[in-house]
Amino acid sequence: MTTLESHICLQWIGNGRVEEEMLDQVKDHVERTFGFPARIRQVDVRPTDAFDPARYQYSSTKILRWVLQDVPLDAKKIVAITDCDLFIPVLTFVFGEAQLGGKGAVVSTARLRMNLNGLPTPRNLFRARLVKECVHELGHTFSLVHCHLSRCVMSRSNTVLEVDRKSGNLCRECQDHLKRRQAKG
Amino acid sequence: MGMEKTRVLVVDDEEIVRESLSGWLREDGYAVETASDGSVAIEHIKAEPWAVLLVDLKMPGIDGLQVLEESKKVQPDAQVVIMTAYATVDTAVQAMKKGAYDYLVKPFEPEELSLMMKKLITQQNLVRENILLKKALKQQYQFQDLLSKNPKMQALFELAKVAAQSPSTILILGESGTGKELLARAVHAESPRSTNPFIALSCAAMTETLLESELFGHEKGAFTGATFRKKGKFELAHSGTLFLDEIGDISPKLQLDLLRALEMQRFYRVGGTEPIQVDARIIAATNRDLKKAVEEGSFREDLYYRLNVIAITLLPLRERKEDLPLLVEHFLSQLSIEVGKNLEKISPEATELLMAYQWPGNVRELRNVLERGAVVAKGPTIEVEDLGLILPEGEGVEEGSPASLREMERLHILTLLREHAWNITRTAHALEIDRVTLYHKIKKYNLREEGKSTAS
Repeated sequence: MTTLESHICLQWIGNGRVEEEMLDQVKDHVERTFGFPARIRQVDVRPTDAFDPARYQYSSTKILRWVLQDVPLDAKKIVAITDCDLFIPVLTFVFGEAQLGGKGAVVSTARLRMNLNGLPTPRNLFRARLVKECVHELGHTFSLVHCHLSRCVMSRSNTVLEVDRKSGNLCRECQDHLKRRQAKG
Repeated sequence: MGMEKTRVLVVDDEEIVRESLSGWLREDGYAVETASDGSVAIEHIKAEPWAVLLVDLKMPGIDGLQVLEESKKVQPDAQVVIMTAYATVDTAVQAMKKGAYDYLVKPFEPEELSLMMKKLITQQNLVRENILLKKALKQQYQFQDLLSKNPKMQALFELAKVAAQSPSTILILGESGTGKELLARAVHAESPRSTNPFIALSCAAMTETLLESELFGHEKGAFTGATFRKKGKFELAHSGTLFLDEIGDISPKLQLDLLRALEMQRFYRVGGTEPIQVDARIIAATNRDLKKAVEEGSFREDLYYRLNVIAITLLPLRERKEDLPLLVEHFLSQLSIEVGKNLEKISPEATELLMAYQWPGNVRELRNVLERGAVVAKGPTIEVEDLGLILPEGEGVEEGSPASLREMERLHILTLLREHAWNITRTAHALEIDRVTLYHKIKKYNLREEGKSTAS
């Protein structure tokens, strides 16, 4: 890490339009959690080879690889947010993917908008989910692994219900772990 | 899952798959390693033991099927789960035929993997438990449990061990309590049929019709009360061993039926019209003198010769008393566990009493006497009074055999007690000892007045 790397970069790479104030909400929470300023970056290009016509989904690994090809020099971490439904080969879907102890992460809004009862998800609930998943994936880039405490934002979630059940914050143990990692640089 | 974590090897050429699955499985409590291709996987399989291999079917170079084949050669106990896409389900079926435990069709929910792993581990534990239980069962009935230092008995055991390997019928003769069923079980455990059922049936004290139904089973409605079809012991013992105890007690009609079943290796259920083919190894036993029964005409000669292919006659305990200390030690260690007491030994007086006794009920009686002693004993030593064993009059000193000084004293006191009609004062006077000493001697030698009840 160089001294240039001063902020966390958030960027929308979805096919549709980004919702108003959505990224701001994520930005605020990320800044509070990780203690670094966050910046929202506009990008016009989109990944082209991530779509899998057989699954009608997008490869999270390919998108993440694409994101990492263009990281601002002064960005410490980068989180790309997309409306594409993401997958990795063995799993039906993923909410996101991150490099453990690396630089980048990608988070999808597609499944976070879904509700098990088929009804549309209220906007506040959807936003809360997105914030949690962005913090969760960013946590991985700060070397945090899955936490055994179900309330901790770093706990594993396979369904939106599990995302709803956890808080948006790091537990004390994960906070300590984060501080230790940051102190080491 | 126990203290030791179940070891899982994830084999996939895609890093994200290896990472996500291994992370997931580690969180579920497994010890996980990964391999990025088939050849690395095979190195891992050769180097270390694995409980489960989670293998992607399609990989460049050595594919999942080859990994499966290699693992079955090197570690047949390791369970292989194949991960496959829809397009290759046929190949997954092929994998199942080659011994894969199951396959997961990609994509799957993480919960599916967790559930399948739990199911797999439970099954592996059951298999392991089953093997252990079978081993324990074999140990319980193996020949080393038939304890004897007696050369005749040892020769019999050797014969039984050899006979166990053949399908021939064995006839075990011997007094009640000499261990006929134990020997039959040991023969079964030693035989190639050991993993199949051992079915025992005592032919004594059963009416002819009941025994017939027990042996051959019956069809629904064959007789009043036959409300459902029932398999007989013969059928249940298919591919295993059928032990027919007290064979000398069966009626002439059943002797004939049994002979037919043995000759033809098939029979009919009571009320049945379809013949049932069985392959059961027969071990018969009796405490009767079958040869004499044949001579007297109460036992069919043809059945006798059909059963008497290999005859083994177990010695009564009184003819192999040198085995007593060995048997006592063996039963004491068993009883310590069963009764939950720390039983170390039996007192010298108690040993002497056991040696003097004639054991009409043989080893079974010995075990029962020791069990009583084990229950009643107040400390780690079983005392003579704990055994509740009374020597019948005249027993104790074998005629013509030299008695020990202790035995002489015991007999002398007993004789004088009888002479004085168990009057303690007069007996003590005659023995020229005081009454307290006499009481101690009576207790020491476990002397009881004949005809009086004892608290036991």
